[in-house]
Amino acid sequence: MARPNSASLFSAALVGPALVGAVTKLDPRTMIRNPVMFVVEVVAALTTILFLRDVATGGANLAFSGQIILWLWFTVLFANFAEAIAEGRGKAQADSLRRTRTETMAKRLRGSGRDYDTVPGNDLKVGDVVLVEAGDIIPSDGEVILGVASVNEAAITGESAPVIRESGGDRSAVTGGTQVLSDEIRVRITAAAGSTFVDRMIALVEGASRQKTPNEIALNILLAGLTIVFVFAVASIPSFAAYAGGSIPLIVLVALFVTLIPTTIGALLSAIGIAGMDRLVRFNVLAMSGRAVEAAGDVDTLLLDKTGTITLGNRQATEFRPVHGVSEQDLADAAQLASLADETPEGRSIVVLAKDKYGLRARDMASLNATFVPFTAQTRMSGVDIDGSSIRKGAVESIITSVRQPPMASRGSSAALAYSPGVADETIREIQAIAEDVAKAGGTPLAVTRDGRLLGVVTLKDIVKGGIRERFAELRQMGIRTVMITGDNPMTAAAIAAEAGVDDFLAQATPEDKLALIRKEQAQGKLVAMCGDGTNDAPALAQADVGVAMNTGTVAAREAGNMVDLDSDPTKLIEIVGIGKQLLMTRGALTTFSIANDVAKYFAIIPAMFLVLYPQLQALNVMRLTSPESAILSAIIFNALIIVVLIPLALKGVSYRAVGAGALLRRNLAVYGLGGILVPFLGIKAIDLGITALHLV
Amino acid sequence: MTINGWIQIALFCAIVLALARPLGGYMTRVFTGERTLLSPVLGPVERGLYRVAGIDAAQEQHWLSYALAMLAFHGLGFLALYALLRVQAVLPFNPDGQSAVAPDLAFNTATSFVTNTNWQSYGGETTLSYLTQMLGLTHQNFLSAATGIALAVALVRGFSRASAKTVGSFWVDLTRTTLYVLLPLCMALTLFYVWQGIPQTLGGAVEATTLEGARQTIAVGPVASQVAIKMLGTNGGGFFNANAAHPFENPTALSNFVQMVTIFALGAAMTNVFGRMVGDERQGWAILAAMSVLFLAGTAVVYWAESAGSPVLNSLGLAGGNMEGKEVRFGILGSALFAAITTAASCGAVNAMHDSFTALGGMIPMINMQLGEIIVGGVGAGLYGILVFVIVTIFVAGLMVGRTPEYLGKKIEGREVKMAMLAILCLPLMMLGFTALATVVAAGLAGPANAGPHGFSEILYAFTSAAANNGSAFGGLTANTAFYNTTLGLGMLFGRFFVIVPALAIAGSLAAKKTVPASVGTFPTHGGLFVGLLVGVILIVGGLTFFPALALGPIVEHLAGGLGQTFAVGG
Repeated sequence: MARPNSASLFSAALVGPALVGAVTKLDPRTMIRNPVMFVVEVVAALTTILFLRDVATGGANLAFSGQIILWLWFTVLFANFAEAIAEGRGKAQADSLRRTRTETMAKRLRGSGRDYDTVPGNDLKVGDVVLVEAGDIIPSDGEVILGVASVNEAAITGESAPVIRESGGDRSAVTGGTQVLSDEIRVRITAAAGSTFVDRMIALVEGASRQKTPNEIALNILLAGLTIVFVFAVASIPSFAAYAGGSIPLIVLVALFVTLIPTTIGALLSAIGIAGMDRLVRFNVLAMSGRAVEAAGDVDTLLLDKTGTITLGNRQATEFRPVHGVSEQDLADAAQLASLADETPEGRSIVVLAKDKYGLRARDMASLNATFVPFTAQTRMSGVDIDGSSIRKGAVESIITSVRQPPMASRGSSAALAYSPGVADETIREIQAIAEDVAKAGGTPLAVTRDGRLLGVVTLKDIVKGGIRERFAELRQMGIRTVMITGDNPMTAAAIAAEAGVDDFLAQATPEDKLALIRKEQAQGKLVAMCGDGTNDAPALAQADVGVAMNTGTVAAREAGNMVDLDSDPTKLIEIVGIGKQLLMTRGALTTFSIANDVAKYFAIIPAMFLVLYPQLQALNVMRLTSPESAILSAIIFNALIIVVLIPLALKGVSYRAVGAGALLRRNLAVYGLGGILVPFLGIKAIDLGITALHLV
Repeated sequence: MTINGWIQIALFCAIVLALARPLGGYMTRVFTGERTLLSPVLGPVERGLYRVAGIDAAQEQHWLSYALAMLAFHGLGFLALYALLRVQAVLPFNPDGQSAVAPDLAFNTATSFVTNTNWQSYGGETTLSYLTQMLGLTHQNFLSAATGIALAVALVRGFSRASAKTVGSFWVDLTRTTLYVLLPLCMALTLFYVWQGIPQTLGGAVEATTLEGARQTIAVGPVASQVAIKMLGTNGGGFFNANAAHPFENPTALSNFVQMVTIFALGAAMTNVFGRMVGDERQGWAILAAMSVLFLAGTAVVYWAESAGSPVLNSLGLAGGNMEGKEVRFGILGSALFAAITTAASCGAVNAMHDSFTALGGMIPMINMQLGEIIVGGVGAGLYGILVFVIVTIFVAGLMVGRTPEYLGKKIEGREVKMAMLAILCLPLMMLGFTALATVVAAGLAGPANAGPHGFSEILYAFTSAAANNGSAFGGLTANTAFYNTTLGLGMLFGRFFVIVPALAIAGSLAAKKTVPASVGTFPTHGGLFVGLLVGVILIVGGLTFFPALALGPIVEHLAGGLGQTFAVGG
């Protein structure tokens, strides 16, 4: 991770503002967004009013009621604190992005000339064109419409190496806050002040503008429903008590009600959501909506580009395969000579392979008196002329064509070659056979000739990234199908797919093919994730349920996707899926825990509450709590404190490992289901011992 | 408890399980419109009925039209039955000259039979004419049962279909269920019961002279046919006031056993229908397994409590089981098992007085009903009831595998959760709300025969039974009063339709969704883990709500009994 991590969950810088936030969030207009906690607040307020009346009129048992009410308010405050601290962490993250854009001045162009007005960056509107020269900060998100420049994007990616941004291509998007290092560019602003990626990101982690995700809404309905069930359960008790010839104090009913309703998950729900977004930001991924993060957890099919995701960007030489009658050593020697001056990664990899495999040291071109013949689109080969002999390497077809025609005199080949078609034809067939063999295995063949004589083939191969096979196995464990997208022919694609261990591949893929594949998967009810950067990826990015645009990509791509990866690392899709799953799991685990808690709370409060009616119910006091008052108080204290105890879990998320759903469920159920039943028994008993020792009741 | 008793329980379970698959297979063919053995005979009848009613059998309905058709059908059925009860005195087939039924009792009775509850505030042989019994009650016994099954099938279609607008045709489902499933089985069962000695006659009561020379009126009537459907359709309304404890309704140990099996037969088979229709029978078995766990646990407690006897008597040094209110020909096991079955399955027929059970023995029937009649449950109603809980379970725990919850490839989202919660909310509101009312108003307090916790249990049981559409009576409660007839009637209405309509809404919403293919990342819903989870959610979400009420009723009664304490009248 590039961004420095705020290591501690509860650093002083976070806790202070969060404590203030916990109090300001008591505003009912804010609270109503969280139905469960709103109900607690209303109940706390009403009982406070009644308590004050009792204080004025001198009611009985005021110390007990006072403590219950105090803990009711703590319950609400702890919930607000959880949300505030999650927001604080998110904001700290976003602020570090925002700090980089301290009020920049922009050079807004008047027309097509170089005349400009200097205006504050915040005054820019969508469509304005600004001039950004070397040393300037780019004032807002935009698209390069003229020029090329190197840009330092360390402010958002943490990566100090400058990147090239130029008009027209797939690298035309620039982000506000980054700095132009050299040259100048004209940028058309695509985001108004306050709606840039970073601004949207900040909005997503701030409570006020945070939209609830579909799953959050559904969960809130469930929690509200459970709350109503417990309204019925508690509201019917006074009648039952009257039948039994007694009455239950209101404060005790309130305590029972608040402990039964799912306050734990109600209090932590929004913190979980914010923390999920925050985890993405830490991964340098900006999500445009919480819905996208949730969808990431549900992804069934992952479309991955071959180059850069599954394989290292460049092909590398892996093998020398000479024709009959030529030794490997000779072929390696020729290939090395032909590549000495070749600065392409492929060329360099041949030199490296020759050295590693045959101990051939790199030689100095000048001392050899060699002339480099560069690659041209016409010849489609490159090489050297050395000591009167010419060595060439290139695509098999081009080399074969060249040996079929006698070498041109202009090339300066002095060796009068005895051109014998019969031998050459046999060798050509052999070369073609080797080439096909190499292609089948997923490689790219490169033929080598010396003075018109075919020596053999260098195998160039896409190198599958280390560990990627294990990643795909993990994804399979998670039930996710991976599809490799490549422009290669089906034969090569199949070989690489098999080597990398992807489930399927789409060869010779056009953007239309990609879109069609996504639609096909979606028609089967599957959710699809992909990443892309080019403008021609935009339709597919928009169609995919999770579309991760590379930050280096075009504006069109960034607008079409619902996430932007600032590091432009396509492999991150896998982490994004993990984060989505973790978010959903944390929600489920804490909901289960919260509901399971009710068992112990019933056993704490019911016997205590009804003891005045029927002393026989003492038998239900399985925890042997000291007194009815201590039992009720312990339950309500436990109910409030458990929120604080679980804040770190809500923020960090429950640990996720890529195992099958069955194993995952078994584990989480044991921890949060059974744990949820047992923990409160122990917790309430411990608190009861504590308050008894302190003589609080 | 005896080995013999446990063997009978095991035998009962084995037979129900063995019947589930063949019955399920047959019913699946019926609901999917395939040819069955009976098609050559019943096909023409079915088509004739559609022609008469002007129904196009191929025309399917949106869930809302399905719901409206069902409500309209039951609305008219209710009015017809109410009218029949009010004017039975002037209609034929009334050899014993029964008079018109009072308005509040007629409301209660009509509601009771339309909602498949069969709560009986009346005594059958002393209140109703044969015409009312046969045309009014037996008729509704068939149709309310068929409706339950039809609705369950509609909900199952919601799971089995993808991107569909319709959930089936109410008229076709109702007709096919009645014609192909209920009628043939009832005919066979009627003949069996006649063989066992249950009367089937249109003749009036028989006058007999006893050995002492006293004259005795022995009520008879078309009993066997009504018993057949009352058990098979989990209706439970007896021909006689004493219900299945009456020797003419349940004469032998064999008839008792067969009646118990038929209460569960269709409900258990519906889980298999579910499995077959969603294309994975294991899903059905998992549901049935969860039901079985709850059933066996409850049965074990009742059997143990009744065998152990009253703690009050035990504390006085009297050992032995509790035979109060039980028929000797059934004994403790035959009565305890029957009580567990009839309350688990929303049947409500009784062969012993639950009021006379021990406190804990009487608590289990209450819990069975309070859970929402999802332990096998009413025919059809049990399946859609437990599927509502499945939705909640999947939603809560399904998140724990890191995906938006899915069940059988259907995403469970806001709308499903909302409807499921509505259905779940209804029962505690009716059961606890009306009990809370009855325990404070004079009209309510006049009902119970006992004081203290037991009187409270009598009231709680009545409203529990009504809202759960069970219909069994705890006994001891004088329920034929304007207050109880009205409140229980309302409880039955809401308990039925406020569950059915949300369940149909779920069906409609699910049918419209795509089906996501299962992968290793999908929450597996056919294994032991899911079964355990479902049981846990049912107990915690469905059951714990009633813990305060149960603590003040049977639990405190049991604890006090163990201390040798009783609650005197007025105390």
